[in-house]
Amino acid sequence: MEKEELDQIKHATREWEAGPLRKVLERSGERKIFSEIPKKRMYTPEALDDFDYLRDLGFPGDYPYTRGIHPTMYRGRLWGMAEYSGFGMPEDTNKRWKFLLGQGQTGVSLACDLPTQLGYDPDHPLAESEIGVVGVSCPSLREAETLFEGIDMDKITIRGSINHPHMILWAMYIAIAERQGIPPEKLGGTVHWDCLNEYVGRGAYIFPPEGAMRLALDFLEYGLVHIPRVSYMVNAYTIRESGATLIQEGAYAMSAAIAFMEAARQRGIDVDDFAPRLSFNHAIHMNFFEEIAKFRALRRLWAKITKDRFGAKKSSSMLFRLGLGTGGSTFTSQEPENNIARATVESLAAILGGATYLHTASYDEAYAIPTETTVRIALKTQLILAHESGVAEVVDPLGGSYYVESLTDQIEKEVMDYINEIDRRGGIVETIRSGWFQGEIAQSAHRKQKEIEEGKRVVVGVNKFVTDEKPSFEIHRAESRVAEEMKGRVKRLRKDRDSQRFENALSGLRKAAEGKDNLVPFAVEAVKAYATIGEICHVLRDVLGEYKSLSF
Amino acid sequence: MKQIVRTIVKRKRPIRILLAKPGLDGHDQGVKVLALGLRDEGMEVIYTGLRQTPEEIVAAAIHEDVDVLGLSSLSGAHNHHFSRVVTLLPKEERDAILIIGGGIIPDEDIPFLSQNGVKAVFGPGTRIEDIADFIRANAKKC
Repeated sequence: MEKEELDQIKHATREWEAGPLRKVLERSGERKIFSEIPKKRMYTPEALDDFDYLRDLGFPGDYPYTRGIHPTMYRGRLWGMAEYSGFGMPEDTNKRWKFLLGQGQTGVSLACDLPTQLGYDPDHPLAESEIGVVGVSCPSLREAETLFEGIDMDKITIRGSINHPHMILWAMYIAIAERQGIPPEKLGGTVHWDCLNEYVGRGAYIFPPEGAMRLALDFLEYGLVHIPRVSYMVNAYTIRESGATLIQEGAYAMSAAIAFMEAARQRGIDVDDFAPRLSFNHAIHMNFFEEIAKFRALRRLWAKITKDRFGAKKSSSMLFRLGLGTGGSTFTSQEPENNIARATVESLAAILGGATYLHTASYDEAYAIPTETTVRIALKTQLILAHESGVAEVVDPLGGSYYVESLTDQIEKEVMDYINEIDRRGGIVETIRSGWFQGEIAQSAHRKQKEIEEGKRVVVGVNKFVTDEKPSFEIHRAESRVAEEMKGRVKRLRKDRDSQRFENALSGLRKAAEGKDNLVPFAVEAVKAYATIGEICHVLRDVLGEYKSLSF
Repeated sequence: MKQIVRTIVKRKRPIRILLAKPGLDGHDQGVKVLALGLRDEGMEVIYTGLRQTPEEIVAAAIHEDVDVLGLSSLSGAHNHHFSRVVTLLPKEERDAILIIGGGIIPDEDIPFLSQNGVKAVFGPGTRIEDIADFIRANAKKC
């Protein structure tokens, strides 16, 4: 903008402030606004006096990618939709997946139960009461075969939240695909790969950081060659859901990605081989414009980091691939139907923020994993936004808004400051090891709770506009038959399998783990020999050690 | 006329509370916020960290000589874990320690838990102040 024009606007703004605005403020004042990020009442070109369209925004699919990572964004292809889903026995989940795929879902997102995620078989004492509860029980290749029965693995994308043992789950996918006659290079999906976030949020860790990083890098090294269509996910979702601010969430994503890129570089993996396969998983919370600006800011920041810090040459290395989930922690148990409105607002922010993939939480999130009805409503929320609302018609429709651009700049700067702080403290791995980062997040969570209790931060139906009405709807309950059945199956499997092949596979894996060989081929062989996830993790725990949680 | 006097017990020391996460559930935002909040309320709070077995929790409760034991679970395994902790507590500790629970716990499970010694269950959206008041009114030991 020409200086003269800007001066005119500034002058006119002062006049407006001294005139009509002042009159109203004197007469009736203003509401008290609560938000994490301080904001002005209104934005004009004055907020963007340093704005340079080509430098700061450019075009979608062009550096610095503020407007999106593809030139056509949703005019070319809509975002991917897959509800995170799994419960009970593999056949229960298989049925749910087929239902969702029939309802417009484009891939599957596997939710495993806690024993599977943490490497315990159903008959392990620690698995008691947890089998098939928060996800499906999938302890062996035999069960994974049932999970994917009748689903063409090359037609869908696969995600799945199993973290430290992701290698074992993907070994199962590879084995099943092979049986379906699909070569591994045709498998597409996202590996739940970020071993670090588990020490901060969600808590689904097994191994200490060194061991977990080794598994992740072994898988990366193998995957880049043999399953080239999968992407590797950095997961900041759990960080936000543990109470982090939006700035901390963004800084975690960048700092963790930096740590992984550095580790990959130490293994001799070129940044332009790895970065194009990296993706990010984030949460969307309720402050609509902040969330949109967050994603725009992170896209730009990631482009700068890959280019300037890592010297990436390929443009595909600089793309911030953005998987999103609506914030489960923003969904309330009070008046749960209100959560459908929350899911809509958050999903809309995801779309306006340029999501590549979206999971919408179901309105019964604060009670249990979803029923077929509630998960259908969640998926249809996305489909209504995609096909009825028109929001997907234009690329980055908020681009150029004085407010959104200014907020994008502000968030980018604050995230960068926080990344620098983490760097000063030795990087994200070090701040997690020392517990500093966990402490920071716990403080934020505590502050947020206080704001809610003091009524500063309004949660409708919880601390304001409260009713006594008790919700009445059907919630998903885990069936007790599942535990007994799964225990029986794993015991039968151990009897039925070729014990020689099994023994050989596990001792091969142990030897490889003790040495420096890449573990993936050994994991694939162990899985094919019908070693269970518990047995494989037992070997890995023995060699790599076990992480003991810090209190904070 | 007999007068009912509600004696406010003057405590000799601050209330000590152990917060614990039994089972495999890793969701601990709630329990951490509660730990910080109860500290603000003047209590001494010990948090076990994740993935504790009922045996470990009971040992910690006795070792730390706590007045209150708070159990948190969001994974749906509360009935099993909470009642197991109570069962493992020696009889005199069971009478002396106030046991409370929190997390994602359906209303219909509360009668079972209360029959099994869990005196109150606090779900999402509960004010920390309300939990603190409940503890002050019901903790017996000190």
